[in-house]
Amino acid sequence: MGAVLLLTFVLTGHGLGATGFTTRLSAWLGEHALPVWTQKNDYLGPFLEDGPVLSSWISWQVLGVFAGGLLSAWLAGRMRWQIEGAGTVGRPMRLFKALVGGVLAGFGARIAAGCTSGVGLSGSAVLGVAGFVFLGAFFAAGLLASRLTGGGVR
Amino acid sequence: MSNALALSAPLSGVLLGFGFGFVLERAGFGSGCKLTAQFRLTDWSVFKVMFTAIVFAAVGLYALEWGGLVDAGGIYVPAPYLWAIAAGGAAIGVGFAVGGYCPGTAMVGITTGRVDAIVFFAGLLIGTFAFAGLFGWVEPLTTAGELTKGDRLPELLGLPEWIVLVVLVGAAVGVFYLGGWFERRARATSEEALTESPNH
Repeated sequence: MGAVLLLTFVLTGHGLGATGFTTRLSAWLGEHALPVWTQKNDYLGPFLEDGPVLSSWISWQVLGVFAGGLLSAWLAGRMRWQIEGAGTVGRPMRLFKALVGGVLAGFGARIAAGCTSGVGLSGSAVLGVAGFVFLGAFFAAGLLASRLTGGGVR
Repeated sequence: MSNALALSAPLSGVLLGFGFGFVLERAGFGSGCKLTAQFRLTDWSVFKVMFTAIVFAAVGLYALEWGGLVDAGGIYVPAPYLWAIAAGGAAIGVGFAVGGYCPGTAMVGITTGRVDAIVFFAGLLIGTFAFAGLFGWVEPLTTAGELTKGDRLPELLGLPEWIVLVVLVGAAVGVFYLGGWFERRARATSEEALTESPNH
């Protein structure tokens, strides 16, 4: 992973990410489902002016992530439909928790202007203060939340 | 960037993303169970892989800048809005502990057919819309706690970069030792539980 990250910096000047894509995807979905609201929205509106989802580097990178993940999963024989962790808490609860976790992560990534990949990993690799502060807060909050909510997915 | 290495943006994005997705899946990070084991302190793969990647890239960048192959000024450093970063990082940490993924690993989880990862991904979009809807109120938080002393650790601490890198390498070695100790302890505990309960 270090080699991929280093190569990304050398070739593009920035690191790897994920939520740059989900934000643009949200803006695109909003443009089609709620055009007036999205265009007026001070946060998502400017993304529409940036052009289509695939006009940004991060969207292509995420497509690559899906392709790379698929190939690795296929080579390792790890591809099968499943709801991981449903055995201990039941399917509805597991999916509910996944949804809540996703909403929290989606919201948090917009406050921090990046996620574990974009700020934590890439930001720390350039010795950015933001990267280390992110990882500290991420792991401290995660450890605490894990204790309070039954230890995550098992 | 040298001309020989210049790739079109879509191509470099797909290729580098491909490498990222491949190594994430290969490390087992498409599994929410393995990922959240880090917060149970029973499997330290997340710490180890992340720390190794950070140290490798940081040392590599330093060497390439020193050799004149990379222009340090052209490397993007996230803005140090410390309260924003801490609040967002904490929210993502809680989301990880509860939901089982972070944004990037959810995408890898989807590639292995995990429905919970698809739901997590949908949650990311809902969270983004919630943020956009509340943007008027939360906007001040996104730039809270700006650090003016410098964006990077060497400037902040007033230390040469190589000293920071040496400390970082030392911290990585420490994480491996600490993680190994926790992992052995977790394994011993689970083996004990297995031998004590005949029903298992």
